[in-house]
Amino acid sequence: MKGNGVTGNANPLRRVGALVDGARDWWEHAKAWQRYLVYLGAVVFALILPAPAIGSFMSPGADWTSVLIYPIGTYILLAVGLNVVVGQAGLLDLGFVAFFAIGGYSVAYFGTQYGWNYWATVAFGIILAAVSGVILGAPTLRLRGDYLAIVTLGFGEIVRITANNTDEIGGARGITNVPHPTDIPGVVEFGLLPAPYYYLILIAIVLVIIFSVRLQKSRVGRAWAAIREDEDAAELMGVPTFKFKLLAFAIGAMIGGLAGGIYAGKAVFIEPNTFPFILSATILAAVVLGGAGNLPGVILGAFVIAWLPERFREVNWLKDVLDRDPAEYRILLFGGVLVLMMALRPEGLLPSRRRRAELHEGTGGMGTMGAEVAGPDTDVTTTEAAK
Amino acid sequence: MLDEFLNQFLPSTVGGLVVGSIYALVALGYTMVYGVLRLINFAHSEIFMIGTFTSLVVITAIAPASPLTGFALFGVMLLLILLSAAISGGAAMLLEVVAYRPLRKKGATRLTALISAIGASLFLQELFALVVIPWLTGKAGRNQQSSPRLVDRDTVFTIGNAAVRTDHIIVVVAAVVMMVALDRLVNRTRIGRGIRATAQDPEAAVLMGVSIDNIVRVTFLLGGAMAGVAGALYLMEFENTVYNVGFVLGIKAFTAAVLGGIGNLRGALVGGVVLGLIENWGAIFLGSEWKDVIAFTVLVVVLMFRPTGILGESLQKARA
Amino acid sequence: MSGARLGRVLALAAASSLVLAACAGGGGGGDAGGDVTSVKIGFMGDLTGEAAAIVIPPRNGAVMAVKEYNDKNPKVKIELVQYDSQGKPDQATSLVTKAIGQDKIIGLIGPAFSGESKAVGGLLEENKIPSVSPSATNPGLAENGWTYWHRVVANDSDQGPGIAEFLVKAKSPKKAFVISDDQEYSVGLADAVAKSFKDAGVTVETDKFAKGASDYSSTVTKVASANPDVIVYGGYYAEAGRLLKQLRDGGVKATFASGDGSLDQQVITGAGAAAAENAVFGCPCNIPSPDVTGTLKTFFDNYKKANNVDPAIYATEGYDAATAFIKAVEAGNTTGEKINEYLKTINFEGVSKPIKFKANGEPENNAIFVYQVKGGVLKLLGPAEEAKLEG
Repeated sequence: MKGNGVTGNANPLRRVGALVDGARDWWEHAKAWQRYLVYLGAVVFALILPAPAIGSFMSPGADWTSVLIYPIGTYILLAVGLNVVVGQAGLLDLGFVAFFAIGGYSVAYFGTQYGWNYWATVAFGIILAAVSGVILGAPTLRLRGDYLAIVTLGFGEIVRITANNTDEIGGARGITNVPHPTDIPGVVEFGLLPAPYYYLILIAIVLVIIFSVRLQKSRVGRAWAAIREDEDAAELMGVPTFKFKLLAFAIGAMIGGLAGGIYAGKAVFIEPNTFPFILSATILAAVVLGGAGNLPGVILGAFVIAWLPERFREVNWLKDVLDRDPAEYRILLFGGVLVLMMALRPEGLLPSRRRRAELHEGTGGMGTMGAEVAGPDTDVTTTEAAK
Repeated sequence: MLDEFLNQFLPSTVGGLVVGSIYALVALGYTMVYGVLRLINFAHSEIFMIGTFTSLVVITAIAPASPLTGFALFGVMLLLILLSAAISGGAAMLLEVVAYRPLRKKGATRLTALISAIGASLFLQELFALVVIPWLTGKAGRNQQSSPRLVDRDTVFTIGNAAVRTDHIIVVVAAVVMMVALDRLVNRTRIGRGIRATAQDPEAAVLMGVSIDNIVRVTFLLGGAMAGVAGALYLMEFENTVYNVGFVLGIKAFTAAVLGGIGNLRGALVGGVVLGLIENWGAIFLGSEWKDVIAFTVLVVVLMFRPTGILGESLQKARA
Repeated sequence: MSGARLGRVLALAAASSLVLAACAGGGGGGDAGGDVTSVKIGFMGDLTGEAAAIVIPPRNGAVMAVKEYNDKNPKVKIELVQYDSQGKPDQATSLVTKAIGQDKIIGLIGPAFSGESKAVGGLLEENKIPSVSPSATNPGLAENGWTYWHRVVANDSDQGPGIAEFLVKAKSPKKAFVISDDQEYSVGLADAVAKSFKDAGVTVETDKFAKGASDYSSTVTKVASANPDVIVYGGYYAEAGRLLKQLRDGGVKATFASGDGSLDQQVITGAGAAAAENAVFGCPCNIPSPDVTGTLKTFFDNYKKANNVDPAIYATEGYDAATAFIKAVEAGNTTGEKINEYLKTINFEGVSKPIKFKANGEPENNAIFVYQVKGGVLKLLGPAEEAKLEG
């Protein structure tokens, strides 16, 4: 573990990494009450996050609570879902947005056409997403990683184009006047104010995180780790790999569906273009940037990817320097930062230790690139695995 | 319905072959890089885009007063193809050095490299939209840019009710020539042997004295050059381009590569042409808006029955 | 990690968060009381994105109107705040929330497009902020029961029939082919056109293609095999240019017509001047050309002086939308509610057309203007009832 901190002086990110490592060592030996305090702190922080004082710095250009719901909260929810598929089970999914769309469309369609209760439509959307995850996964999960990638990409596009060309669900027009979540009398009213939706999505995120952590610690999580590290070996050891892969797909899909349902209830209006391929890629980037497999990392990654481009719209001194609206440059910068981050910290901002160990052995996860030959950097970090 | 199909079948076939040839040329780049690095080079679509803009600049500079014929046409087409191939090939090599080499040296995962590729793809698109295109053309970078006409749309011959035009012939012939040349290069030359060896087993290849860095560089150069050729043909055929022209076409070309058997050069050709044809035939029945759905459905069906594509993987050993 | 306990803590926190929910919301638009010396009006639309060419002219028109007003040193000045939504509903939603909550605008010119209008209409209604769109033409917008929403252009269900009826009158076609890409505006316009062709007894065939596609050979094949007398395309100029070129290259010679989304010089550069010649465009917009007279001429000259270009699509409508607000403020209204009441009764001779709103926010005057490509430039032929095709 010390390898990074000592030899990585040239790279400031590694120093940050060393700090993070220190924090994690502390965490591992922390007492129960200390951990409690941290949870409590995180929750309190999340609760007061929409405060205007924070918003005026974080998002001077747009309403902060709205930004917290979309993109930030929605991205986090999606990233935690995709993390189950990519980070935990090691399956490459380039069409995750399809499940987001299915969740959103169930709420919009059944809510407007049949007047179902909002919560029922969300639940139904989650089930529908899971079913479509299984339908997609059953024939394709026997394929190797990269074939899976293109098939999932295709699935995402099929869902979007089909929605676009099917008049029954609004076609390109989309669906307007999607019902808001049903009010809980005396407790909360869902109207046009953004705050209730923020707390709704916060609850969803917290529940999904708990679910995800429990899963990771269970037999299922261990089976996923085994599949991720070496599928053949896992199969030989009696792990029914296909079933577990399908399960990962279905669970990821459910979380995607949940995110879609919440989104549709807030946005009131959805259309096929809300669910483009680039959103799948962005969420995948969030997962990998944060550190696939490690929940705090994934959440951080999603936050950074959702928030940075928004914030970048309002950098006033850049406006003066460029003599142009900096917002125009934000995707350029986003692309550049992705390339840079991957080069400087390929395991992500907060990598999962277990994943990192796998990666440095060179065989884990989705495997390394071909034509990989030990370079000057590789020997430094091999000590990782030894820990 | 059947009547319509028969009436439209031959013209659709011609259209499918033309667009399929372009898919195939772009697919080559995906397939070669995948064969050697096992990386989905997402930014390859932007290499294609660079090819279209190189051609745009060249055609605009030549600015033919009227469409060309005979030797003049041959010469200009050759110049267009060579320049676009050179610029795109160079850009692909640069891309490798900037976006992938640092990762390769660190032994990063392919997933990491994929994200880097997506980042590079966005970066290049925006760089063109914001800086390069305004600088090249003096017009707003997100607008579609049109080029003067290079080739007349004369009907050379007809098959049934399908007119085959000069531009169709140029696209298909040029694509086939380039692919045969590439196939020869990979299968017959020393550098080609190096590529195949690296694709099969990089470690053994290193032990046998192959310089991996060189091989990777050449792979990107060749793949990029093919995308450049595709860009030149695309611009000649459609006479316009835009900063994100590569996005949809890139996804299709990658689908074509997988359909044919990724890592397999001939597979890219088969995949591209099959995809182009099936899209166009399917559009007769369902309408052109379902083309992409048809393409992806065919892909899923083919992969279910032939998990390694139509021709299978050949540039590399099959990995479980 | 002790998951069970973590769960309990979080559940507790989650429950308490619901109580907190009420505290964190943003406030509504505040009423400005007493002596107000300046008010804010917003302009929202795609200023930097892919369809910015359609939104920048109305923005320039609105800026012009506000500047002319402020130069007169009125009692209450108007500040025009611009919001770049890039045409995206998500962006528009968060920008509107900010415009209402922080900037306290009292009126909004825009949003320019229908999708974003749909997304923010409810928010504006809730906060009693009147809006006047210079260019959103989706018919459904008027059917939401919104009382604070208005527009100064005719919608697509006027535009579609306007184009179809004009073509029926001018060309008396037996068969029409209606094409669109798969975007909302395009499909809506194409459906409206196809319906009125059918009502007029014209046989209609249709095809659609994906927005990002560049090869339209299968569409061209369909058109060639159907051999129609007129072709109408619903969609934007980039695709229209490419389609028109490929149609002509494919040997299709029928009259080509399209709507306001394609009415841009770029359709001619995209298709090539030869292919674009004689193409017909219908538009609810009135784009002055250099040979106009009267108030339109004054507008033309002022616009050209201020922006160094000829006025383009929806420039006059942007000016008129701003003028509606200016008249309301001049009459001493400085709150959203009052301005809205004033808009209900407004009636003046705008640059583009007489401005008067129906109860649902639609303009009273829904004229469609016809343009034709002549010698590589777009020429205004006049209102659809009077226009005569040349060639």
